[in-house]
Amino acid sequence: MGNLMRATHAEVHGLNRRLPDRTSEHSGKKPRCLIDGAYTLQCQDLGLVRVFDHGGTPMRQRLFDPIIASEITPESAYMQRRTLMKGLAAGLIAGLAGCEHEVEAKAETPVLPTPKPEIPGLKTWPGSSRETRTSFRDVTSYNNYYEFGTGKGDPAARSANFKPRPWTLEVAGEAEVTGRFDLDDLLKGMAFEERIYRLRCVEAWSMVIPWNGFPLASLLKRFKPTSKAKYVRFETIERPREMPGQRSAIIDWPYREGLRIDEAMHPLTLLAVGVYGRWLPNQNGAPLRLVVPWKYGFKSIKSIVKIHFSETQPPTSWNVMAPDEYGFYANVNSAVDHPRWSQASERRIAEGMSIFKARIATTSFNGYAEQVAAMYTGLDPQTLY
Amino acid sequence: MRIAVTKVVLFLLCLVPAAVLCWDVFVGDPGPDPVARIVHETGAWTLRFLLITLTITPLRRFSGWNLLIRFRRMLGLYAFFYACLHFASYLLLDLGAFWAQLLTDIVKRPYITVGFSAWLLLVPLAITSTNAMMRRLGKRWQTLHRLSYLIAVLGVLHFLWLVKADLSEPLIYAAILAVLMLLRWRRLSGRN
Repeated sequence: MGNLMRATHAEVHGLNRRLPDRTSEHSGKKPRCLIDGAYTLQCQDLGLVRVFDHGGTPMRQRLFDPIIASEITPESAYMQRRTLMKGLAAGLIAGLAGCEHEVEAKAETPVLPTPKPEIPGLKTWPGSSRETRTSFRDVTSYNNYYEFGTGKGDPAARSANFKPRPWTLEVAGEAEVTGRFDLDDLLKGMAFEERIYRLRCVEAWSMVIPWNGFPLASLLKRFKPTSKAKYVRFETIERPREMPGQRSAIIDWPYREGLRIDEAMHPLTLLAVGVYGRWLPNQNGAPLRLVVPWKYGFKSIKSIVKIHFSETQPPTSWNVMAPDEYGFYANVNSAVDHPRWSQASERRIAEGMSIFKARIATTSFNGYAEQVAAMYTGLDPQTLY
Repeated sequence: MRIAVTKVVLFLLCLVPAAVLCWDVFVGDPGPDPVARIVHETGAWTLRFLLITLTITPLRRFSGWNLLIRFRRMLGLYAFFYACLHFASYLLLDLGAFWAQLLTDIVKRPYITVGFSAWLLLVPLAITSTNAMMRRLGKRWQTLHRLSYLIAVLGVLHFLWLVKADLSEPLIYAAILAVLMLLRWRRLSGRN
């Protein structure tokens, strides 16, 4: 709260900075950590008051650290895999029965290694799912993020040029405190939790992911939404030069999502800045994304640049594109099928999952009915798809 | 003799996609969602083999290379082979213990209805692919095997219907099929 009120010092601070070379931001050079000035300049251009100081914190610099290959696949795991391969080559021609045996052998191999955590002081959260997690590799290589392409591997393969810093969050609409805020200022002094949530995609696959972040409510309250704020609208950044998928008009960019205010303020609704103890990779929605675990994954908008409090229900991207297939609520509901496929069950992507047992039953509200169902009493469940 | 050798080479070549998939799934790295990959790839190869098979006749006409017809049956049977793998992997791997969902899927999901019909229509074509059957059916054999056009259309439709937003990949198949059908248009319409 204190952060938000500390304006003038930063403005002066901003003036003292050298003007950044804006063109070089897009020239394909390696990302620079010290373009703080770009943000301050941008704000001054628009004559906005709320500009905040931020030093080059070590946190930000770590965002650009490359993941060292040896951290990802320890030699021991790699060697075990080699040994496994030797024994398997012979059985390759064997039929299904033979193959099943190999699958079992594979399930015994150690879980995929997770790189060491880098977000300090993560608090554990008692409500975390105890189900088998999806590996760090799978969480960061199997993504629906059309801004980088429609293939599941596209976001990981095509997001290297995306720059998640500096990052400005615009807050507008029915709130007392609005304006443009530097993300690092907003995050300063914040404690992050680790919350392991199930993620259910509308395409009928699911994951179990340890997110790192904080309840959306704790941020929204700082902007003091007024009584007129009935909905919250979110927008993803639009940067076609860094986001190759935005160069084709698959979606009417920018991607938009929205929640009813009580959903947004619900303690389960999370804003994530990290996953598996590491700052969000670009393909997972860096630097700031929503996680609403009882709704289909497309509600959990990524790389948020704008939060708008509104009195009316905001248009949301998938709902606008195909209203009969994707509703505004999009609560996970095994009883209401997608018009083209069943939502009764899902394929779980998790460590050591046998390809013969990947499908599990889908639960209502993705297993969070006890916490959230009360928000929807009186609403026709058929409208909650 | 040379044809026999070519046939063996072609036979092995057509197995490569299945072998690569098998290797990745059971030995190498199949990626995060192996089941989706198996189902998707076997489906894609079914479509590819259907289109390759439908290319033989126009290609033969334009090139004058009549030998091509000797490979058509194998290519068509490979389309059936990949279609069976596709259907089996959907049933045994994707649905798994939820196989009861199959019946509702076939009835309620248009893209599955269409895909299942295409597979079903391939069955009589595979059964009547032997020399003996060709002799027995005589002229009717060709009429029956014109079903392959319908099967390809259903296959493309099956793909188009299941994608979420990006239609570009199925549209490529649709475009190729459209060209292959146009090349036949005059002859087919002339006869009727």
